[in-house]
Amino acid sequence: MNIYVCIKHVPDSAARIKIVEPNRIDESVTFIINPYDENAVEEAVQLKKQIDGSEVIAVALGPCAAENTLRSALAMGADRAILISTDSRPDSLVTAQALKAAIEGDGGASIIFTGKESIDSEGFQTMYRLAVALSIPVASSVVAFSLEQGFARVECEMEAGATAVMKMALPCVIGAGKALNQPGYPTLPAIMNARKKKIEHLDLADLDIKKFSGSMEVVELKPAVEVRQAKEIKGPPDTVAEEIIRILREEARVL
Amino acid sequence: MEKIGLLIEIKDGEVKPANLGVLTAARGADHDLHVFLLDGDVKRHRAVLENFGAHKIVDIRCEEGALTDNPACRAAAVVEAMEHFDIHTLAGLASARGKDLLARIAAGLGAPLVLDCIRFDLAAHTAEKSQYSGKTIARIQLRGSHAIYGLRPKAVEAQPAPGRAEVVSLTATCPASGLEFIQIRQQTGDAIDLTEADVIISGGRGMKDAQNFKILFECAATMGAAVGASRVAVEAGWVPYSMQVGQTGATVSPKVYLACGISGSVQHFAGMKTARTIIAVNQDPDAAITRTCDYFAVADLFDIIPRLTRRLRQVQKLER
Repeated sequence: MNIYVCIKHVPDSAARIKIVEPNRIDESVTFIINPYDENAVEEAVQLKKQIDGSEVIAVALGPCAAENTLRSALAMGADRAILISTDSRPDSLVTAQALKAAIEGDGGASIIFTGKESIDSEGFQTMYRLAVALSIPVASSVVAFSLEQGFARVECEMEAGATAVMKMALPCVIGAGKALNQPGYPTLPAIMNARKKKIEHLDLADLDIKKFSGSMEVVELKPAVEVRQAKEIKGPPDTVAEEIIRILREEARVL
Repeated sequence: MEKIGLLIEIKDGEVKPANLGVLTAARGADHDLHVFLLDGDVKRHRAVLENFGAHKIVDIRCEEGALTDNPACRAAAVVEAMEHFDIHTLAGLASARGKDLLARIAAGLGAPLVLDCIRFDLAAHTAEKSQYSGKTIARIQLRGSHAIYGLRPKAVEAQPAPGRAEVVSLTATCPASGLEFIQIRQQTGDAIDLTEADVIISGGRGMKDAQNFKILFECAATMGAAVGASRVAVEAGWVPYSMQVGQTGATVSPKVYLACGISGSVQHFAGMKTARTIIAVNQDPDAAITRTCDYFAVADLFDIIPRLTRRLRQVQKLER
């Protein structure tokens, strides 16, 4: 099987985000592999172990620095990688088309994994657009996956601890949720070995991709301001409980 | 008149209350609100939809009968309805189901989509949403012939605007999609949806073990609250992942968020910072949450919560 994993190079969630232009952040912070994409890589590597002759190919669209993030995927067990480089900030419509072009140009997918969302733009949609571009089915927020006689069986997270069980014909796109698996930490030999694995470089500008009339652009970024003034509730436990009830009733009006 | 399509979610046979916030947010002087009901009971839902400003109720069915649960079918039906009624703007709820459906619709139409927005301007085609783990608010410009928005549940409070709505029907075709719905599996755990709850009581490291979560469930039961958890509590295996609030869990906007034994990491805040009132009970006076909440008590949650539960039970009894 040709197992593709689409990953994103994102600022660390613990990084201090500084806005430097009306719509851009200071990118000198630490970047990491998008956390949900780690679950996607892990699932792809597990699947490879089950099926002889499979290969896991990690694909990313981003700046040259995204090569480091691809190395993380290679250390986790991907066999090789493709970086579609760009300094622009493509929206999810363009991203999906670029991923499609790279995957098809590389030979085409038996199955594609990616994370259910990216923690920077929080868009929740590229996997759906990729599936439509490839005319294949998609499921996201996947928390259980198995391959059964030519189709994928998935469970997708719904509200209040419920899951939807679905079957998809192959190839298909899987948006990995956190509960899908527990990605292991790469070992030192795996990290060393990842340095030797091949990363193919493509340029977004060279890809022949479909243009849409629709687009999305971040026109302004503002820091999310915290306007809370923390007040201490003092006193013995009974007083504290009483005060919480007063807040629930009089201020929040939820009782 | 600008036609606006609205995707309505039905849960347990009723219109999900958070949808009414979307209806409220979508109103405008020259907006013609088309409410899409997929396999809905028009008779049953008409009154509430009219009360919140619907102009048309589009009763969508599918000949194949698979509309109820197959998300690919549902998305195709909505796309067909938008084309049939010449609707270019669609708004819905960014719940788990809503996010999935809206993304399928946007992908099908090749249309721009902003999910989990906290506000939108349907005339200017802009939306605001959190980015970078809730550390920034981005204003996004949507361009092109279509625009699709998914509003964060509870981001806009529902306000009634009574009127009359006309009912129109549409029978959609469900093309084969390669996706087959099998069933919904209800896991054990809290049945109240975190993203829908007015009050959430969450437990973190301070809960110490799985058993102790019973204290939170008991307290929650007195006021119809949902129980959440921090990543620490989930990774320790005390509660299922479906209860996790934060960066890599649910994003919630309740009226009250009561954090018990939660230190309040940046990642946890990313999931609950839009709560209206945050109350923290933590033994550590230096915990980050004591600076970023509205109220905090430096106390042992095992002293406070059971007392709170007892008092809440008394209060409820007195009022009955």
